[in-house]
Amino acid sequence: MNKYTPFRMRNSFSFLIDRKSLSINMVFFVLLLGSAIVVIGLGEQFISPLKVVAVLFGNGDPFSTLIVNSFRLPRIIIAMLVGICLAIAGAILQGVVKNPIASPDIIGITGGAAAAVVLFLNLFSTDSGTLTVSIDWLPLAAFTGACIVSILLYLFAWQGGVSPVRMVLVGIGMWAFTKAATTLLLIMGPIHQQSQANIWITGSVYGASWEGVRILFPITLILFFVTIVMIRMINIQEFGEDVATSVGNRVQLSRFFLLLVSTALTGSAVAFGGGISFVGLLAPHIARRLVGSSFGALIPLSAFIGAILVLISDTIGRVVFLPLEIPAGVFTAAVGAPYFIFLLYKQRNVG
Amino acid sequence: MKAMETKDLTLGYGETVIIDELNLEIPKGEITVFIGGNGCGKSTLLRSMARLLKPQQGSVVLEGEMMSKIATKEVAKKLAILPQGPVAPEGLTVLQLVKQGRYPYQNWLKQWSEEDERKVQNALESTGMSALADRHVDSLSGGQRQRAWIAMTLAQDTEIILLDEPTTYLDMTHQIEILDLLFDLNEKEQRTIVMVLHDLNLACRYAHHIVAIRDKKVYAQGRPEDIVSCELVKNVFEMSCQVTVDPLFGTPLCIPHGKGRCIVQQVTKNQNADVG
Repeated sequence: MNKYTPFRMRNSFSFLIDRKSLSINMVFFVLLLGSAIVVIGLGEQFISPLKVVAVLFGNGDPFSTLIVNSFRLPRIIIAMLVGICLAIAGAILQGVVKNPIASPDIIGITGGAAAAVVLFLNLFSTDSGTLTVSIDWLPLAAFTGACIVSILLYLFAWQGGVSPVRMVLVGIGMWAFTKAATTLLLIMGPIHQQSQANIWITGSVYGASWEGVRILFPITLILFFVTIVMIRMINIQEFGEDVATSVGNRVQLSRFFLLLVSTALTGSAVAFGGGISFVGLLAPHIARRLVGSSFGALIPLSAFIGAILVLISDTIGRVVFLPLEIPAGVFTAAVGAPYFIFLLYKQRNVG
Repeated sequence: MKAMETKDLTLGYGETVIIDELNLEIPKGEITVFIGGNGCGKSTLLRSMARLLKPQQGSVVLEGEMMSKIATKEVAKKLAILPQGPVAPEGLTVLQLVKQGRYPYQNWLKQWSEEDERKVQNALESTGMSALADRHVDSLSGGQRQRAWIAMTLAQDTEIILLDEPTTYLDMTHQIEILDLLFDLNEKEQRTIVMVLHDLNLACRYAHHIVAIRDKKVYAQGRPEDIVSCELVKNVFEMSCQVTVDPLFGTPLCIPHGKGRCIVQQVTKNQNADVG
């Protein structure tokens, strides 16, 4: 018991804090902030971290301030928020489904968003490839696509209730279906849209703006808070339906709400980051190896690691191949896909 | 006094009926054991009494009220079940496991009150797991792991504890360890314990009250020494046996007929041949 510190205040709240998990979380938080500051300075114009900090505090020179505030900062913030949302969505899903391979991309939620985006680009383009409506509607289309797949997933998996196994099976079906639908729509659509659609599908925060931040930041904050409130609920899901019911958890209701939150997070992330894949798989996994399965520590740590992953992927794509810009999704897949294969390989003997 | 009862309880899946209009009373403060052949429905019955399964007809009554009418969180404060072969997530420590037993008493703001802490400490002490509190559950032996799960059930602080085959897959030493623990809990804290056990002899030794299930109904119920006989074993388990008295405990001891190296005197050998 000496690893834990109770934290109480006069009967209004009480928590048991695992000191080691808390330290690890703080380390990664600092790591995230540090990475963000360094990365803001990278690009065609190099700005030293010290100058970046100066700009952030409002004391920078006009040139640096312009670059940071107008071009880089919104993109960095969106990248971090996308990483946070995807990581938490993945962590929640892995808890509900009780399978470490579960993530929003693998059960087709991201695929649904992708299909919706390509449909949007097809429907609202002229033959010459220009959009007839504002591109600002694209995030909403992505979000809607994610929600529709989620609803279908829930409906098809329902049989007196929703079980983790059925969710995964139906999810894989949805993944395959949305992939096919996206490819079909891509082929049927105007050729000029294809490269734009492809970049979106791979996943990129290229089009980040302060408008986007104004939408995504409060959404992420609210959903993060909601997830924290639901932590006890997620923790008990991992023990299986029988034990959860025995201690008084309403299992079906919990699953519904957790899936809802996971979808909202994924939908928001893909709306602004495109079809970035594997973050929802990688981040909670790495976090689990560091702090174990307790979601009180797992959720924040997954969020920090997810943010770092997307940040670094975006930065590599933005900086290393200048003057070309490679979408962040290329690098998350480059790390994520081999890791996923490795996981499947490790699980081959497990029941 | 009864802790729980069932009224015309019918359980099944789809068209299949597993338990048919079963009426049963669970005596308060005693150890009750369900016995019966494989697939007779004793686990199903236990699970329905813990609201893990909805009745097709009839009801389970807890403290005078129909269980289906009580909020699940309130039920959780009165009744806990340890299912068969429970699985804990990877990397969990014993303390993290036992803590979960306090779920019905907590909310998102209050996750570790002083009472929670006390109850968990007591549960760990009662099961002799205090020293192992920081160990990972996956690193424990079978007996230790089962004790950890029982500690979690104890932390839930319920008057009634249901256990579905708590000793299956354990070796003899650990079987006795677990059953001794449960017997102590019943003696010291007067908790009502209901178990499904496979071993008839252990059931006779530890149970105050035995319920024999056959043909979707209760075949017999009562004190082991009153109801366990050759006839009962023949009807419930379809096995012929000899029922003697356990030399250590005095409770019924069932010795099955059948094959095996018979090395007793010739006289007894002939007796076996007659009946077998």
